[in-house]
Amino acid sequence: MAKMRWIALAGGIMLANAVLAQTKDAAVQSIEEYRAMLEDGNPSDLFEAKGEDLWKQIRGPKNASLQQCDLGKGPGVVAGAFVELPRYFADTQRVQDLESRIVTCMQVLQGFDAAKIASTPFDSGEQKNVTALATWIAAQSKGMRFNVPQEHVKEQTAYEIGKRLFFQRGGPHDFACATCHGQDGKRIRLQELANLTRFPGDGVGIAAWPAYRVSTGQMWGMQQRLNDCYRQQRFPYAVFGSDAIIALGVYLGVNSHGAQSVAPAIKR
Amino acid sequence: MNKNKWMSFFGFSAVCFFAGCAWHPGGLTSLDAQTEAVVRSSFRPEGIVKLDALDTDETNRLCSAAAVRAEPLDEDTARRIEAENFNSIVMPPNGQFIGDWRKGEIIAQSGRGLTFSDNGKSPNGGNCYNCHQIDKKEIAYGTIGPSLFNYGKIRGVQDPNSADSRPIVEYTWRKIWNAKGFNACSNMPRVGHKGILSPEQIADVMALLLDPKSPVNQ
Repeated sequence: MAKMRWIALAGGIMLANAVLAQTKDAAVQSIEEYRAMLEDGNPSDLFEAKGEDLWKQIRGPKNASLQQCDLGKGPGVVAGAFVELPRYFADTQRVQDLESRIVTCMQVLQGFDAAKIASTPFDSGEQKNVTALATWIAAQSKGMRFNVPQEHVKEQTAYEIGKRLFFQRGGPHDFACATCHGQDGKRIRLQELANLTRFPGDGVGIAAWPAYRVSTGQMWGMQQRLNDCYRQQRFPYAVFGSDAIIALGVYLGVNSHGAQSVAPAIKR
Repeated sequence: MNKNKWMSFFGFSAVCFFAGCAWHPGGLTSLDAQTEAVVRSSFRPEGIVKLDALDTDETNRLCSAAAVRAEPLDEDTARRIEAENFNSIVMPPNGQFIGDWRKGEIIAQSGRGLTFSDNGKSPNGGNCYNCHQIDKKEIAYGTIGPSLFNYGKIRGVQDPNSADSRPIVEYTWRKIWNAKGFNACSNMPRVGHKGILSPEQIADVMALLLDPKSPVNQ
């Protein structure tokens, strides 16, 4: 009799757990369905078209296009460039990510003021153009696999600094990037979190941005994405193109070695 | 060269091989110093967040460094850090541990406050649901922390103001005030210690967890 009761109790607990698991899955599943529906009409197409136009257009004080811009694979080579960034550039003697490299080309080829663009708020003025260019350039590497180089000493140093930044706790909440992105299978509210301290899989993290954000109706590049992570960590404002953002990009990019790029993606 | 010298030479080479001293004379120290310089040059103040948000204490510095090395803090250091955090905990000034669970639910739901896009005028939230299940009716809860559903019920709290409940009530206060007093490198913010919530707000969250009338304990 006692045994029967135990079995019934155990069965009850298992059933309760199963129901609970099912509810959880249903919530996560409906979000996945929502995301899948969004894929059908990703507005990033519009930003891609604008970016391609900006690449070819004669603009700036020097009346030039960006078609001779060297994104790391030689002047004018766009396909495959995104999945090998950030990387070291001999002309600037810096490790640069896609967006900071675009700004360098806008300065050198077209005569724009790079410092002014860097201090322009996201989603306004020339920053909007940088995002559109990044969206089109990233799209030319869609489906390719990440291969961020670690040959130059500055690329190796950037990875090590990026790792230290990733684990750096601070601000009133003691938050680091790793607080949310340092473990497998965790969530904030219903948002699933990728573990970015190791290979996170295809189309995750750096392999998804630039992305269109449905919640804000904006196209965001990786610079803005990381700036917003730091905002939520209660850190001060991470400056566009700053060494911290580049180093984090190297850390994430190298950890994603071999991951397939889905950028430009669509996010909630 | 005697055996010890060989050992230390080998040890140094091994460290340099893995940590990459070859890139920079000084190796690890240099990388830490370079990271510090990068941090100092990469941020600017914005809104209510000043650059002093980047200054942090020994607890965070040691936990960050251990995570970079991918190892836990050594036992002695962990216990010392926990003791220091524990001993700094301030109990409620008016002896009021338990507030209003309804207000506690609102605080637990809110993730507002202390970012550079917050204006500093509305009260800070506790961010509780971001990481914890609490009231079962809220299905949008995070999983970085453990479930707190039935927190008081599981622990047999019938009257949170009774002498019987005193130990669990005090423990819960301390845990919310400074979780690093129990686990040196806990992911949980030090809610009271860092002034994220006021003592009155913490008492309201305490009620959410411990009051038998709270939906958490149904």
